[in-house]
Amino acid sequence: MALDRRAPEKNPPKPAARGGASVVQLRWKDRFDAALDHHRVSAVDALQRMRRNWLTGLMTVLVIAVALSLPAVLYVVLDNLRALSGHVDGQARISLFLRMDVDERAQRDLAARLAEREGIARVEVITREQALAEFRAQSGYGDLLDALDGNPLPGVVVVQPARVEDAQALHEVLAKEPAVELAQLDSAWLQKLAAMLTIGGRMAQALAVAFALAVLLVVVNTIRLAIESRREEILVVKLVGATDAFVRRPFLYSGLWFGLAGGLVAVLLVAGLVLWVEAPVAALVSLYGSSFALAGLGAAGSLALAAAGAGLGLLGAWLAVMRHLREIEPT
Amino acid sequence: MIVFDRVAKKYDNGHEALRGVSFTLPPGEMTFLTGHSGAGKSTVLKLILLMERASSGTVTVNNLNLNRAGRRDVPALRRSIGMVHQNHHLLFDRSVFDNVALPLRISGFRQPDIDRRVRAALDKVGLLGKEKLEPRMLSGGEQQRVGIARAVVNRPPVLLADEPTGNLDPALAAEIMDIFEEFARVGTSVLIATHDLALIARYRHRLLTLRAGELVQDLGGAPAALLDGEGDADGP
Repeated sequence: MALDRRAPEKNPPKPAARGGASVVQLRWKDRFDAALDHHRVSAVDALQRMRRNWLTGLMTVLVIAVALSLPAVLYVVLDNLRALSGHVDGQARISLFLRMDVDERAQRDLAARLAEREGIARVEVITREQALAEFRAQSGYGDLLDALDGNPLPGVVVVQPARVEDAQALHEVLAKEPAVELAQLDSAWLQKLAAMLTIGGRMAQALAVAFALAVLLVVVNTIRLAIESRREEILVVKLVGATDAFVRRPFLYSGLWFGLAGGLVAVLLVAGLVLWVEAPVAALVSLYGSSFALAGLGAAGSLALAAAGAGLGLLGAWLAVMRHLREIEPT
Repeated sequence: MIVFDRVAKKYDNGHEALRGVSFTLPPGEMTFLTGHSGAGKSTVLKLILLMERASSGTVTVNNLNLNRAGRRDVPALRRSIGMVHQNHHLLFDRSVFDNVALPLRISGFRQPDIDRRVRAALDKVGLLGKEKLEPRMLSGGEQQRVGIARAVVNRPPVLLADEPTGNLDPALAAEIMDIFEEFARVGTSVLIATHDLALIARYRHRLLTLRAGELVQDLGGAPAALLDGEGDADGP
C-alpha cells in the first residue's frame, strides 16, 4: 500500500523524545531477555547452517572426532595396562638366598627384622629343611638328594615390597645384608612395565596436547571460512550498530557445536573400538587364568571427552573471531 | 543533531576529500547535501557513521564528540543513526521482515515490540504484505524501500540517506520524501545526499553544496536559487 502524499500527518512517527536527540531506552531486564533471545537464535541458526552444509560440516566433525579419539584410545589402553599391572602387583617378590652358614634361628631373626621395615608388605621364611622337602616333593629328584651328603639348599627369606615401584631400591638394599648370599628380584618386568606406563602416560599427554592443537586449528579454519563467507552480512550488521558480542555470537555457537559433535563422535569411536577388541582380550587373559576385564572410557571419561571437544570448539571459534572479525569493517 | 566544525579529511593516498567543512544540523531539520561525484558527499556520511575519522576538526553527533569516541562507542552511535544506503546493504538470505527487524534485534527489543514496529515501518514504505519475501524477489525500488524501512524502524534521532530516491519512480520518490519530512517534523535531523536536482527543487529545504571537498553553499532558499547554485557547482 502507498502513503497519501497530501496527508502525511495522518500517521506521524513518534520518536522517543521530543527533539529526537535520544535513542529509545530499554529496561535492563528487556536487554537481558533480548540477549538470551539472541543466544537462542544464534545457537539454532548455527545448527541450521551446519545442517544446510551437512557434508562439509560432517567432515569437520569427523576430523575433530578422529583427532580427539586417538589420545582417548591411548588413554584407555594405558588405563587398562595400569589396571592389569595392579592385578599382578602381589607377584613382585624379592627372594633372599642366605649364606649356608646362617642357621634357622638367625634366618627367623632376619625375617622378623625385615618385617618391621617400612616398604615391606610381607615376609616369608623358607627354612633349609622346608626347601629340601619341597624340592623332594616337586622335582622328582629325591633319589639324587639322598645320594648327596647333607642338605645342599640354602635358607630363603621371601620379601614382598609394599609398592612395585620400590622393588628395585629395596632389592639393592637387601642384597647388602651380611646374611644374604644372593638377592633375586622376581618381577623386574613389572617394574619395567610400570616405568613404561609412566613413559606412555607422558606420551599420551603430549599427544593429547598435539591433537588438541590440531582440533583447535581445524575449528579456527572452519570458523574463518564461515566468517569469510558471511562477510557481507557482518558488514551490514556492523553498519546498523551491532556490538562485537552480537556479531561474534553465531560463530562462537558454530564452534561450540562442531566441537561438541566431534567430542560425541569420538566417544562413540572409542566405545566401538573397545567393543571390537573386548572379546579377543577376554580370550587372551583367560589363557593366563586372569579375571581381568577391559574397561572403556566410562561415564566420566565420555563426558570429559565430549566436554573437551566442546571447549576446544569454543576456544577455536573465539580465536578465529578475535583474529578475523575486526578486519571486517565497513568502508 | 550533527555538528561539523572545520572538518578536514585526507585519505592515506593523499586525496583531500574534505577541507574545512563546518555546518550544524539541528534536530528537526531536513537538509540536502549535494555536489557531484568526488565532491565529498560520501565522506561526510562516513564521518558521521564513524566509518572514517576526521583528519582535523571535530564531528559531533548527538552530543558525542567523534574524535573522542573509541571502538566501543561505535555500535551505540550507529544505532542512533538510521542510514539509507545507495546499494541497500540488505541481507539476502533473510526475509524482508528480518532485514527490517535487524536494528531492533541489535538494540534488544523483544518480539512483540519488534512485530509491531516492523509492520509499522513496512506500512510506511508501502511494503506491508511482502515481509515474508526475500529481498532478491523484490524490484530495485522495493529493495530501496526495505532499506528505508530498516533505517527508520527504531526511530533514530539522526537519519542519513545516500541517493534514497535513485531507484524510485517520481511518485514513490515523493512518498519516501514525505516519510523523511515526517521524521524531521517530529525532531529527527535528516541529511539526504543526492544529486537529484528535480527532487531538491521540489522541496524547500536547506541545501549544502560541496565542491572539491569544500562547502561552497549553505542555502535555505527557493528552488530556483538552489538550481542556480547546483548549476554553478556542476561547472568545470
